[in-house]
Amino acid sequence: MSGYAVSVRDLTVRYGRTIAVDNVSFDLEPDGIYGLLGRNGSGKTSTLSVLASMRRPAAGSVLIDGVEPFENERIMAGVSLIRESGDVLTNEKIAASLSYYEQARPTWDAAFADELVDAFGLNRKKPISTFSRGQRSAFGAVIGLAGRAPLTMFDEVYLGMDAPSRYRFYDLLLADYAEHPRTIILSSHLISEIERLFSGVVIIDGGRLLLNEEVEDFRTRGATLTGPAAQVDAVTTGLRVVASRSLGPTKEVTVYGDLDGAALDAARAAGVAIGGVGVQDLFVHLTEKESR
Amino acid sequence: MFDGREPIYIQIADQIRGDILAGHLAEGEQVMSTTQYATTYRINPATAAKAFAQLVDEGVLYKQRGVGMFVAEGAPAQLRAARRETFLEELLEPVLAEARVLGITTSELTRWIERSSAESDLTATNTTTEGEQR
Repeated sequence: MSGYAVSVRDLTVRYGRTIAVDNVSFDLEPDGIYGLLGRNGSGKTSTLSVLASMRRPAAGSVLIDGVEPFENERIMAGVSLIRESGDVLTNEKIAASLSYYEQARPTWDAAFADELVDAFGLNRKKPISTFSRGQRSAFGAVIGLAGRAPLTMFDEVYLGMDAPSRYRFYDLLLADYAEHPRTIILSSHLISEIERLFSGVVIIDGGRLLLNEEVEDFRTRGATLTGPAAQVDAVTTGLRVVASRSLGPTKEVTVYGDLDGAALDAARAAGVAIGGVGVQDLFVHLTEKESR
Repeated sequence: MFDGREPIYIQIADQIRGDILAGHLAEGEQVMSTTQYATTYRINPATAAKAFAQLVDEGVLYKQRGVGMFVAEGAPAQLRAARRETFLEELLEPVLAEARVLGITTSELTRWIERSSAESDLTATNTTTEGEQR
């Protein structure tokens, strides 16, 4: 089984008077790993909740595998949203939650779930309520990975894990994804560790869509230009400048846009150094700018 | 790794070319699978696959169905020929431009190159002698 395509059209989510998601549209191809990036309160969780049929939109629509997911059993069994809160039977031991999800998910792999419980070193003998935050997050990761749902979404689950567990999670995710491709959405504001995992990124800010792009395009559009202020200004005229700082006569400017090869050569010749920008830095610059 | 502005798949392809040129990957030898590559460097498997596809197109790697990717016969020679073509323009030219900025003369550069090649010849001889003595 392969992954589901996702299509979000003019999605609006409201909580009373507050607009959490404002007219957002984007498409995700099947079998990609997507980063849903946004600052706290930007609407990431609300968007994911609609995709998981946990919340109805105020306006707009969502199509998963080409159909409306609400009250569609086939789609709902194939869509998994892992939230940091867990969605597990906390007063029971691990086994109870595992058998619950085994019933609920046709794609569940019980042997893989057992392997993952060992890989994260989780205690099978104690109720989940005694677990630390990191261990609960790890158990969430187990459920998300072993479910092999055609649309698997992790809503910041790995934030509670310590660094070794997070890297274990990324490695297990990649290895299993390579064997069993599916559509995966990772929502986060901690990006630098996982940016190379993504095939595409969706950035939302203040409930609005800022950007939806292939990650390679996103990366090559961002650049830093550092050099004498006059030369830097000359090459960056007309480009979308997202950040700028000066140190004496030297200026460093971060731009986002289609850079013209000839302009770059001219800049280099004028003593301007051109560097790359990570997805994390670009994200910070873009969301800082837009929210002001 | 993979920090520049270049797409990651291009950087991966360059790295594999470099490994073949340096002899770390011999003709006929199997290269890491897309999955191994992805998990080792924590990158999207599609990115690794794109790099491999490019190298297959160039004839540097070949695919054996169900087994994996291998270094093609003649790949080192092919890569060496291609690199030589770009070496002067892409690597030496920037060095010469920098030398002009610094006021380093052509004769100074020539002397440096001659001394450096003499030293590397000498090191090569020394290593052999030492090896023979033991």
